[in-house]
Amino acid sequence: MDITSMTAVELGKKLRERELSVAEAVNAFFEQIDRVEGDVHSFVTLNREGALKRAEEVQKQIDGGTLTGPLAGVPVAVKDNLCTKGMLTTCCSKMLENFKPTFTAEAVCNLEKAGAVILGKTNMDEFAMGSTTETSYYGVTRNPRNLNHVPGGSSGGSCAAVAACESPYALGSDTGGSIRQPSSFCGVVGLKPTYGTVSRYGLIAYGSSLDQIGPIAKDVTDCAAILEVIASYDSKDSTSIDRLKYPEGAGLNRAGYDFMSALVNDVSGMRIGIPKDYFGDGLDTEVKEKILSAVKLMEDRGAIVEEFDLSLVKYAIPAYYVIASAEASSNLSRFDGVKYGYRTEEYEGLHNMYKKTRSEGFGAEVKRRIMLGSFVLSSGYYDAYYLKALKTKALIKEAFDRAFASFDVIIAPAAPTTAPELGKSLSDPLKMYLGDIYTISVNLAGLPGISVPVGEDSKGLPIGMQLIGNCFDEHKIIRAAYTLEQTRKTANLRM
Amino acid sequence: MAKQYETVIGLEVHVELATKTKIFCSCSTEFGGAPNTHTCPVCTGMPGSLPVLNKKVVEYAMAIGLATNCDITRVCKFDRKNYFYPDNPQNYQISQLYLPIARNGYVEIEVGDIKKKVRIHEMHMEEDAGKLIHDEWDDTSLVDYNRSGVPLVEIVSEPDMRSADEVIAYLEKLRMIIQYLGASDCKLQEGSMRADVNLSVREAGTEKFGTRTEMKNLNSFKAIARAIEGERERQIELLEEGKAVVQETRRWDDNKEASYAMRSKEDAQDYRYFPEPDLVPIVISDEWIEQIRSKQPELQTEKLKRYKEEFDIPQYDAKIITGSKHMADIFEAASAICGKPKKVSNWLMVETLRLLKEHNMEAEEIAFSPENLAKLVELTESRVINSSVAKEVFEKIFAENIDPEIYVEEHGLKTVNDEGALEETLKKVIEDNPKAVADYRGGKEKALGALVGQTMKAMKGKADPGLVTQRLRELLALPE
Amino acid sequence: MANKISDETIEYVGILAKLELSGEEKEKAKTDMEKMLDYIDTLNELDTEGVTPMSHVFPVNNVFREDVASQKDGRWDTLANAPKSKDNSFKVPKTIG
Repeated sequence: MDITSMTAVELGKKLRERELSVAEAVNAFFEQIDRVEGDVHSFVTLNREGALKRAEEVQKQIDGGTLTGPLAGVPVAVKDNLCTKGMLTTCCSKMLENFKPTFTAEAVCNLEKAGAVILGKTNMDEFAMGSTTETSYYGVTRNPRNLNHVPGGSSGGSCAAVAACESPYALGSDTGGSIRQPSSFCGVVGLKPTYGTVSRYGLIAYGSSLDQIGPIAKDVTDCAAILEVIASYDSKDSTSIDRLKYPEGAGLNRAGYDFMSALVNDVSGMRIGIPKDYFGDGLDTEVKEKILSAVKLMEDRGAIVEEFDLSLVKYAIPAYYVIASAEASSNLSRFDGVKYGYRTEEYEGLHNMYKKTRSEGFGAEVKRRIMLGSFVLSSGYYDAYYLKALKTKALIKEAFDRAFASFDVIIAPAAPTTAPELGKSLSDPLKMYLGDIYTISVNLAGLPGISVPVGEDSKGLPIGMQLIGNCFDEHKIIRAAYTLEQTRKTANLRM
Repeated sequence: MAKQYETVIGLEVHVELATKTKIFCSCSTEFGGAPNTHTCPVCTGMPGSLPVLNKKVVEYAMAIGLATNCDITRVCKFDRKNYFYPDNPQNYQISQLYLPIARNGYVEIEVGDIKKKVRIHEMHMEEDAGKLIHDEWDDTSLVDYNRSGVPLVEIVSEPDMRSADEVIAYLEKLRMIIQYLGASDCKLQEGSMRADVNLSVREAGTEKFGTRTEMKNLNSFKAIARAIEGERERQIELLEEGKAVVQETRRWDDNKEASYAMRSKEDAQDYRYFPEPDLVPIVISDEWIEQIRSKQPELQTEKLKRYKEEFDIPQYDAKIITGSKHMADIFEAASAICGKPKKVSNWLMVETLRLLKEHNMEAEEIAFSPENLAKLVELTESRVINSSVAKEVFEKIFAENIDPEIYVEEHGLKTVNDEGALEETLKKVIEDNPKAVADYRGGKEKALGALVGQTMKAMKGKADPGLVTQRLRELLALPE
Repeated sequence: MANKISDETIEYVGILAKLELSGEEKEKAKTDMEKMLDYIDTLNELDTEGVTPMSHVFPVNNVFREDVASQKDGRWDTLANAPKSKDNSFKVPKTIG
């Protein structure tokens, strides 16, 4: 039995049927970690002792019949910006190198209630700012599919851990594509839910109005099962939305939390929109081909495919960088050497302590965004930048509202290219930011999006395709992604 | 002739609301406690924590807004005010800039015989900061977040005041309204009410405002009055010397009776406000406003009107008593128990006010219960104790809230009603003071006083002086 | 219409953000910011006249908690990660006044 290559749901079934103990599963993953971690470096903290202790507890609950869900006993890797009580949570920054939170993030609590065992914390771009996992204070993560390439980011560690079978599934966070883009680069499935679906309590904030936590797994089924567990209404997060109670007629529809019911292998009659603007200049031809052939597969299965205009999305990147940097500059001001984390050794007076602590504690990319964010909010610039960006956001949301009047699902690339080589991206920040073109507008409009593998390029690097749904329409993108996944499986078998 | 100057003053008043919990978390707002014990991840700015708004804060703010004739903002939002300081754990304060909860109000003040309106520009909700204690021992500061996140409203007036007296009248009026609403105890000394003074001067008769300064750290009415006088003089002096007033924030040092500028290069005062993404808008419906309005307690004006109809006490007394919600509550409760509002009012107007003044206390600090005051009224009215004993007992009530019935009993202070003992004493006094007796009988009314005094002395004060006087007259009217 | 960021601006933003950049970092920060602002300026092509700025994507409002105190004592947790503390308080360089 090859434990580490199973999906989370498959593994869960074996555990429930006692074909395997939780400890055996946990040990199998640590063995795999020991084998590949030297090359890949997905993790920044490993929870060996804690995981085995926890495995025992969970085993008892499975044996006692109190834990019966699909993820009971299944190990998980957690991105290092999600608070885990008593376990290092560093955001891969020197600033928090010794930080042990006093509480656990709500999404992680939900997983633990469902019987998850945390293997460790995964590498990421510092404070989730980056697209390659190269801005981590703890060194880069390598793409398991080709070690000379980046895994993408910022949830690069989580995606690499799943791709390298170091963990059956992982949690990531997505502010501008940080789940979908690395999932695409590593050949795994990653889902960013509708804003407000998963509680942000315990997620160390980057851009509060854009951040969402989501699952990263080997297939669509796992993603649906994980989302079903982590999604919850949380009274500790004012922006959390109760999807069962939210009144109709307020512009939102009532979709519940039973995401696994969307695992239906059928897209006949489903209306799929292809934004022309996403398939023009700047998109790698191999990526484009694979995506369009995946679309063709769906059309063969009865989907109605149509191109449409979404030209406004080119303004998503500038609007995003204004909003995200502004929020980040404020969110990250709490890191000052007073209450937790790093404090500089020597200083003269309060302000010098602040400046030295922050200048030494933050890396270049974080400082760049804090500077930009502070500037766009500073006196005299607010209207020109921040307000303008919020208006642009309103227009982008409107554009998507119009599109979803005609389509059930919108299809887009997850990234313009496959994973770049290590060390090639950071020198030109603007160019790196442009790589987020297909993912960012989804965050601005609060929409759900999922990235699924649709093949490889000539170098053998994975290509992902993004399916975007209207707010609260996770069911539709899960269904479409699942159908595509199943159809590709059968097609591959035939070949 | 020397130039005449007019002082123009606007106030920013911070009031801590009387909620049980903080504005964005469920930590207690109780005073005291060891440092950092009333704290949680939210009010200490822990990474990953998020704020959730306390509904009661909005309701208190609405109540204050309505009572100060403000328009309530139907869709209001929170904004972040960004600045670095250790008492502010997130290095941003959640406040309101763009859409504050209330705007365009006013209160009426009276100084001497002159009534005027002080307009309120806006009122917003925000969180309080923690406390910094300066550790002289190793020249550092210690941060305690127990007060961090305590809800505040900031009431910003228009520059409508022209003197320290008007400022004090405005503050007293605000305080009274807010205390009546039960929205805050408004204690300046303890910091639950704080005022920053914006002041400028201009030549009398001119319309253009001068450059203003903002003064902070004013924690008593006296300090406010002194600071206003000091700042007015400083600005006039500058202008007389042909120098300009600099727009700046100044800190008042009440001991030195001087203010100094609080500027530093590191303090850019550029707060980079933007909408708080972690909190959703507050939408206030007509129904909600009506609900708050209907729960609004009777304010001073209404009380005064009612007192006039219900109680037979002078208008002046009624005004003083209703000037403090706490005193009015005691008055009404004690009157209801003993049924003698006039007597209750007398105790409050004379002895209570005297003792408050003597101890430098505010009416809100009265600690005795209306029950004990009512009992004292009854003891006096039924002549169980006489008035001088009553005064003595009242001091005890004021200081320790003792039960006067028990106290009088235990200390043997009851007026002696044993007629035999009194008659005997009277007989003896008459015998021992033949001169005074003769004088009285000779028409010197004054001599009776001496005899009453002698009797009271012999009775150790426990006789009813009225009765003594009456009996003496009767006895001395008898033929020898 | 290229943006030009002066030394003073970088200095000023550094004061706001409490970041102290080295000479080299400053030059890099200036060019980075100029490039980004030029790019952000493409937003000006967009007519946003009459558009209401959108800070929250959903029309959700009035999320409150009731005024009920929780029985907890943050004494041990709150200081757990403090770089410097004394008397159950966070210790910082002396603040003015």
